[in-house]
Amino acid sequence: MPDQLPTAIAVSHLVKTFSGVTAVNDVSFTVGRGEIMGFLGPNGAGKSTTMRILTGYLPASSGRVSICGYPVTTQSEDIKRRVGYMPENNPLPEDMRVSEYLYYRGRLKEVARRKLGPRIDEVLEVCDLKRVRHKIIGQLSKGYRQRVGIAEAILAEPPVIIMDEPTIGLDPHQILIVRDLIAGLRGRMTVIISSHILPEIEMTCDRVLIINQGRIVAQGTPAALRREILGRSRYELVVACEKAVLEDALGLVDPALRVATLGEPDSDGFRAVTLTIEREDELGEPILQALLAKRMRVRALNRAHPTLEDVFLAATRRSWDVIDKR
Amino acid sequence: MKHFFTILSHEIRMLLVTPSTYIASVIFLSLMGFVFTDILETYSQAPQASSPADVFFKQFYLPVLFMVPLLTMKCLAEERRLGTIETLLTTPVTTTEVVLGKYGAAYALYAALWGSTAGFFWILRKFAGDARLLEWGPMVGGYIFIAVSGLLFIAIGVLASALSRNQAVASILCFAMLFGLIFGGSYLGDAAWLKSDLLHPVKAAVDYAQVFRHYEDFSRGVVDLRQLLFYLSGTVLALLFSILGVEAKLLHG
Repeated sequence: MPDQLPTAIAVSHLVKTFSGVTAVNDVSFTVGRGEIMGFLGPNGAGKSTTMRILTGYLPASSGRVSICGYPVTTQSEDIKRRVGYMPENNPLPEDMRVSEYLYYRGRLKEVARRKLGPRIDEVLEVCDLKRVRHKIIGQLSKGYRQRVGIAEAILAEPPVIIMDEPTIGLDPHQILIVRDLIAGLRGRMTVIISSHILPEIEMTCDRVLIINQGRIVAQGTPAALRREILGRSRYELVVACEKAVLEDALGLVDPALRVATLGEPDSDGFRAVTLTIEREDELGEPILQALLAKRMRVRALNRAHPTLEDVFLAATRRSWDVIDKR
Repeated sequence: MKHFFTILSHEIRMLLVTPSTYIASVIFLSLMGFVFTDILETYSQAPQASSPADVFFKQFYLPVLFMVPLLTMKCLAEERRLGTIETLLTTPVTTTEVVLGKYGAAYALYAALWGSTAGFFWILRKFAGDARLLEWGPMVGGYIFIAVSGLLFIAIGVLASALSRNQAVASILCFAMLFGLIFGGSYLGDAAWLKSDLLHPVKAAVDYAQVFRHYEDFSRGVVDLRQLLFYLSGTVLALLFSILGVEAKLLHG
């Protein structure tokens, strides 16, 4: 039974070209059953195109995509029964009521008529839409519309849910609701979400995939990505000294300690410095002592906790460098 | 075709709750009402050779040119403009079901509007009671012609809507195609340059596609299989191109 496979989504060597322009270039990844994966990338990186191919809406130029064991190209009908999809910008009909819309979508998604009523009540409750169930969608605020889109995606209880920027345009309170909603799907449904709001991805996703210029530039858990891309530990320092003197002092602490960035000195001679090292243990105190022993003036020293944003910027910058060098 | 009826009933429902449907219906019924009154006035002044139904249905192009674009321009263009075609086609629904469902709903409304003009003849029968004014032949023939030609006209409207995401462009395109089909045939049929032997096959094709001549045959009670085939094959072709149009826009959009 393909539905029982441990891998929900398998993509291998996926390529999509639009009249000569390569939007997705040799992308391969897998998503396990019940996993939540975040899809990150700058605008035009190929996120939406990849998601559309996964849903069977767009055909791929080459490569292989299978969802719950069913290949997208030959069994797109089976795929469509197993995927709940919320496209970018969440398009909704303007002149329908929320409950009418969900009923129509439920019928199209082949939910049995008998089960549809209770299921609609359930998703309205989960998405906190009960108050607006009789309102016309065109008159709803952005936050409500976004939740109608999410309600529609989870309506037929598909094993795979794909959402393209589900939290865009929401206020912090609504983002919290959507985040809890997505987290509540963990283990039951496989979820892929793309987002620009990086803390969101970091908090909800088990795994992150960063894509740029149609290529995967990094993938793994947020913690693993941090280690891989930014080095294990980072220290931020504001100190008044010359580079050579600083390096001498740091060499005494640990020869592996590297100066990653060195800012220009300000009017008082202080400059911002970033240090990286592969060691995990705390080096703050030895560094400070070494600097003070050399009679350097120190204004600040702290161990940086890089966010996914730093990882994202570093990873995409790295891929730009690679592209520029070609 | 599991989802055809779901889409059809949804589309009919949406047509029934849209104000534009009622505006279009009022315009249609007033226009046809004026035409009918005008015909009756002519008949009350002097006896005429043909029956009022014959003259009435001969004006079919008036509502066709204005109503068909209005009824169909929204069906696929709006879905593409809003992007809802993407959510629609990522459910287990085929493009064919979507196009046929929308076509069916537009045709049902078109047929219902024309059907309501039967009220004019009922009023005439009730108040005039003159059997000479109410010949069954031209009336039934007229309605059959409207029903059969409507299949093609609405399919052309759906095709125009599949080709553009802008409703205004779709409606103008539909108007142009319908105008070409209805009047182009009779214009080319009279053209002298088509009468040469070399162009004989073209001339034969043009003669075959004379919408007004088809109407005359129908109103005389002649239901020619070739004419039925003309409308049915035209409908199938237009719908096929609509489906291909929607899918081509997905591939290259």
